[in-house]
Amino acid sequence: MKILFEIAKTQMLSRSRQTLIATLGVTFGIGMFIVLVSFMTGVNILLEETMLSATPHIRIYNDIAVQKTSIVNEYAQTQNNINLIHHIKPKNEKRNLKNGLLMVENISKDAEVLGVSPQVSTQVFYNFGPIQMNGNIVGVNIFAEDKLFDLKSKMQAGKIENLLTAHDAILMGTGLAKKLNLNVGDKVTVSTPDGTLKLLQVVGIFKYGIGAIDDFRSYANIATVQKILKEDTRYITDINIKLKDYYQAKSIAKEYAQKFDYKIEDWETANATILVSFTLRNIITYATSLTLLIVAGFGIYNILNMTIYEKMRDIAILKAQGFAGRDVLGIFMIQALTIGILGGFSGILIGFLLSLWISTIPFDSGGFLAMDTFPVNFSPRYYIIGLVFGLLTTTFAGYFPARRASKIDPVEILRG
Amino acid sequence: MLALKTQHINKYFYEPVAFQALKDLSFEVKKGEFLSLVGKSGCGKSTLLYILSTMDTDYEGTLEINGEILTGKHYNELAHFRNEHIGFVFQFHYLLPEFTVLQNVMMPALKLARYQRSEIEDRAYAKLKLLGIEAQAGKKASKLSGGQQQRVAIARALINDPAIIMGDEPTGNLDSANTQVVFEIFRELTTKYQQTIIAVTHDDEFARNSDRIIEMKDGIIIRQ
Ligand SMILES: Nc1ncnc2c1ncn2[C@@H]1O[C@H](COP(=O)(O)OP(=O)(O)OP(=O)(O)O)[C@@H](O)[C@H]1O
Ligand SMILES: [Mg+2]
Repeated sequence: MKILFEIAKTQMLSRSRQTLIATLGVTFGIGMFIVLVSFMTGVNILLEETMLSATPHIRIYNDIAVQKTSIVNEYAQTQNNINLIHHIKPKNEKRNLKNGLLMVENISKDAEVLGVSPQVSTQVFYNFGPIQMNGNIVGVNIFAEDKLFDLKSKMQAGKIENLLTAHDAILMGTGLAKKLNLNVGDKVTVSTPDGTLKLLQVVGIFKYGIGAIDDFRSYANIATVQKILKEDTRYITDINIKLKDYYQAKSIAKEYAQKFDYKIEDWETANATILVSFTLRNIITYATSLTLLIVAGFGIYNILNMTIYEKMRDIAILKAQGFAGRDVLGIFMIQALTIGILGGFSGILIGFLLSLWISTIPFDSGGFLAMDTFPVNFSPRYYIIGLVFGLLTTTFAGYFPARRASKIDPVEILRG
Repeated sequence: MLALKTQHINKYFYEPVAFQALKDLSFEVKKGEFLSLVGKSGCGKSTLLYILSTMDTDYEGTLEINGEILTGKHYNELAHFRNEHIGFVFQFHYLLPEFTVLQNVMMPALKLARYQRSEIEDRAYAKLKLLGIEAQAGKKASKLSGGQQQRVAIARALINDPAIIMGDEPTGNLDSANTQVVFEIFRELTTKYQQTIIAVTHDDEFARNSDRIIEMKDGIIIRQ
């Protein structure tokens, strides 16, 4: 009905200031929603990516644990004895995965798997003059590791291929190298837990942007670390796996847990606390921005209520001329939705422009994260959510006053 | 042929005290009849007119217009009926102040949508001309004098060529010359187009010149 639109338009234009304010309320609500959510999810994504850039989707290792039962118990169970054993200590077990290489072969055939990297890792001390620095060395097939973590892009000096050409070479974390005052070409002595000393040459320096890695880790060839540990070439301590879809990690990890008798850890479990903080941050973001939208909704509710109160007589006249209750409902819903749509789209625009601006503001994370400016997520999803929710709010806020208007009894008003 | 028929209409008000405003009103109005409704202030003329116009549905008895019983119909249906068949001029000539005179007159026709917009505009203009206020067509309704507004309200009541035109003192704000103009228009509508007029009036001459007078007193009809 075109006439309803005309009436709605005239009514809105004749109180253009209030209409503008109500529209700006929606604009502000949706705009801020988009800015907040884009920024917050941008941060979350950056943190998640940073985390995943150094965390395997699934890690298999030998979890050294104290045995729950002791030999005495197994033996004496049948007799009516009570065995008291205090403070059981773990056996001197090797930390390796038996048949590790077979597992690697098996896993790499899995269609869900993008890459597998077998490793030998060990604690070491880096000797720096009279001081010893705690750290570790991870023996890897450097190309497999590169496939998992894109090591090439993380090299600050030297190349990963240097590891293959040089003898007894390592790639060192940037934090560790700085502390030890080492550069590419320099040599460092490491000592293993059992006291073996080894002289290694730094052929590259990498930076993950994560202190826990950069300050402690060095990479070497698997064979180099196996040699340091005096183990044979089948000695593997960890298997790191990268999946095609990392959200499948949990279910695939479960699958592997049935196949292999080792500790299988997916990234979500390994980083549970960080993920909880993501969730909490999301909840706060949504709560804040939805509150903004609801406040905008109250603005619409308010202006329509006021319009209806002031236009009571006009509504009665319209009804006297034959406009039905649903026509009056329509007139006011058109006003609410116009405010909602105008406010919604300008909110989206404002939200986008503000996000764009925020994404250019420089931010120094102190080198912990790989970013120069604030991270902002430009996923269209949040624009759609903002628009839909904004329209829902305005529809809702408009409906109740509009229904009240549609129920006005013309006689009561016109009788004066 | 009957244009309108009422049977045993009673109307009560409960606020501020219980009060019967209309008492057992039964009467008929023929098609093409020019009827005047007279009586002292407060006797229930406006109250009756609101019931006849189908706006007030809170009454006892039955109302029949054009052979159709309207009592008990849904208010959306009644709204459509009003739009098509009844033209109403209020006692206090209510126009929509934010719209122009022309828009005010066009509105019931746009709602009915029987004609194209351009045709409705021509017709609205013709009605304004009939009442001698076509010069005001483009003005905001709120900018007109009381008498001008009343004539616009009459033009609006005529726009859909309704079967019945009801007016609550439709000439109450007009000088004698304009009252005469309106009377002539009403007269012509009844004779030429067989439209029915029911007009509340305090103007004795106006009433005397109409076809029939119904006189009320304290909610009852004392002469018809
Ligand atoms: N909403 C109402 N509530 C209670 N009583 C009412 C109401 N409207 C009208 N009345 C009463 O009903 C009676 C008839 O009123 P009505 O307006 O029909 O009179 P009227 O004949 O049109 O008078 P006038 O010529 O002054 O317009 C009056 O006594 C009035 O006080
Ligand atoms: Mg009256």
